[in-house]
Amino acid sequence: MSIEVQGINKFFDTFQALHDIDLTIPDGQLTALLGPSGSGKTTLLRIIAGLENPEQGRVLFNGRDVTQLHVRDRRVGFVFQHYALFRHMTVAQNVAFGLDVLPRKERPSKPEIRKRVADLLEMVQLDHLAGRYPVQLSGGQKQRIALARAMAMRPEILLLDEPFGALDAKVRKDLRRWLRNLHDELHFTSVFVTHDQEEALELSDQVVVMSNGRIEQMDSPLELYARPDSRFVFEFLGQVNVLSGKISEGTIRQGNAWVRLPDSCDNDDAQLYLRPHEVRLTQAPTEEAHLPFQIEAISVIGAEVRIELKPDGWACDELWEVGISHTEFNARRPQRGDRCYAVPEVGHLFCDHQAVPKTLDWSVAR
Amino acid sequence: MSTTDTSGRPAKRLSTSGTKRVLPGFGLSLGISLFFISLVLLLPITGLVIRAGGMGWEQFWFVVTDPRVVASYKVTALAALAASLFNCVFGLLMAWVLVRYEFPGKRFLDAIMDLPFALPTAVAGITLATLFSENGWYGQLLSQIGIEVAFTPLGIVIAMAFTSVPFVVRTVQPVLEELAPEDEEAAVSLGASDATVFRRILFPTLWPAIVTGGALSFARSLGEYGAVIFIAGNSPYVSEVISLMIFVRLEEYDFPAASAIAAVVMVTSLILLLVINVWQGRYLKRLNGG
Repeated sequence: MSIEVQGINKFFDTFQALHDIDLTIPDGQLTALLGPSGSGKTTLLRIIAGLENPEQGRVLFNGRDVTQLHVRDRRVGFVFQHYALFRHMTVAQNVAFGLDVLPRKERPSKPEIRKRVADLLEMVQLDHLAGRYPVQLSGGQKQRIALARAMAMRPEILLLDEPFGALDAKVRKDLRRWLRNLHDELHFTSVFVTHDQEEALELSDQVVVMSNGRIEQMDSPLELYARPDSRFVFEFLGQVNVLSGKISEGTIRQGNAWVRLPDSCDNDDAQLYLRPHEVRLTQAPTEEAHLPFQIEAISVIGAEVRIELKPDGWACDELWEVGISHTEFNARRPQRGDRCYAVPEVGHLFCDHQAVPKTLDWSVAR
Repeated sequence: MSTTDTSGRPAKRLSTSGTKRVLPGFGLSLGISLFFISLVLLLPITGLVIRAGGMGWEQFWFVVTDPRVVASYKVTALAALAASLFNCVFGLLMAWVLVRYEFPGKRFLDAIMDLPFALPTAVAGITLATLFSENGWYGQLLSQIGIEVAFTPLGIVIAMAFTSVPFVVRTVQPVLEELAPEDEEAAVSLGASDATVFRRILFPTLWPAIVTGGALSFARSLGEYGAVIFIAGNSPYVSEVISLMIFVRLEEYDFPAASAIAAVVMVTSLILLLVINVWQGRYLKRLNGG
């Protein structure tokens, strides 16, 4: 079932939580609403569910206007961040709740409900816990039960509010993968809210980046990472290294740092954004770039070695970060305090007088 | 009362010993508390038991099963039951209104909820008796539809309900305040009607608090004297309460008999509170673990 959101405005007293939100979520896709806290992503999810009412705008399911439809009639599955399991009911009773409260005419018979509950518990691989109470479960188990409960009504839309937010890293990863598999198997339309960019990029078919009640960008994870529309999206999706300066004669300069741009650019104030993996470290400057640094810190983190760099003879708001492989690290053994130079390979240029950033690729020019 | 801080060992030993408590003052505060409890609770209770015990089993049985006393047990227990049941419903409603809605005067209403506790019970009794007497404000109206309140068991129920309603309100209120809205939202998103949400989600969570409040209200009503005595009419076998029977025995200078009846009331209240506590402990353990 596709979801369409048209021109939604939402106020809390005088604070406008959502500004003119337009959004289309195709049938069967897994979509992430990504943004920092206060960006309106949870409010948007709750409006889709019917738990909040927008002041303006419409929500459509498969082209049918459901804006005025009460939550209980929208038939969406909703999963809460803190599970919201009913504490006085056993796991089985929790899962059966939606079926139990159906009007008598539509309610399946007792044995049928039992069968459905058993199937659902099997689906979430927790059939052995049917008789337990929620307090006896771990966080990951609780969330899976909450999911089974939401799925009991066979909703065509599943909405999840920070579903993994309260879980520890390992469980989180398992559950993410498991949800992805479940989604691929059952093909419902799902939307989940998260503030974790890694989670959004890993799990979803489509990511909607939000900030301050507006949609910043909506794209597939790959496109979003490779071609962010704005500085906000770029910064929110991961670590960035920034050189802000002035462009003249095809070169961006600040202090003693400069980078020759591979494409022609108008003279302007501009920022060059580079991801940690889009930068190489060298012992000497090249003819394309002169970005002198001093090594501030070296941390060996999992698969790669992260090197923090302090600009030498120019300035930036935050330290640069470059990731190098262990092989490269072992070959050169850089030390704290060493001088080195950064050479960009791919970069994104945001000019003050241009709305759209420009993706630069030095390897093509070379 | 034994912690290492009273043992007078050097400070260095103390900080390394595993039994050192982080919060200071355990020995002192517990000591004072126990002493005080003994003074105001245990001592009079012991006195009561000794007094009643001095009379021998047969005599004790004779006193506490006197037909007039038995009638007063019935009147008191039934009236207290009716009052506390009423309070469970009304107290829940009050707590609900105070927690769930915003309206002008809410804080004032919240404050006067405690009035029955603050008001001397005799004042409450006289006020109620005046209001419900045949030519009182309420009494006039009620007598027109043939309901007599003052000087009947119904009057006892009203006086008991009035003096003990804060028990229910104040035990239910905090539980209601802490309820997460998500539980209700989850239930509604699964298709439950408002009535079902209340019956299947809210009520089971509030239930222990309601029962506790109701039990406290009942126990308090069993012993209520001041508020009841003015409105009850106090006619033997009809509207005499236990506390009055105790008072009557005292007036006859029959202290052992008074103590015997008092002991019956006390044991009943204690058993009731104990049973409720055990039951509630089990129910809450299922909810919260532990």
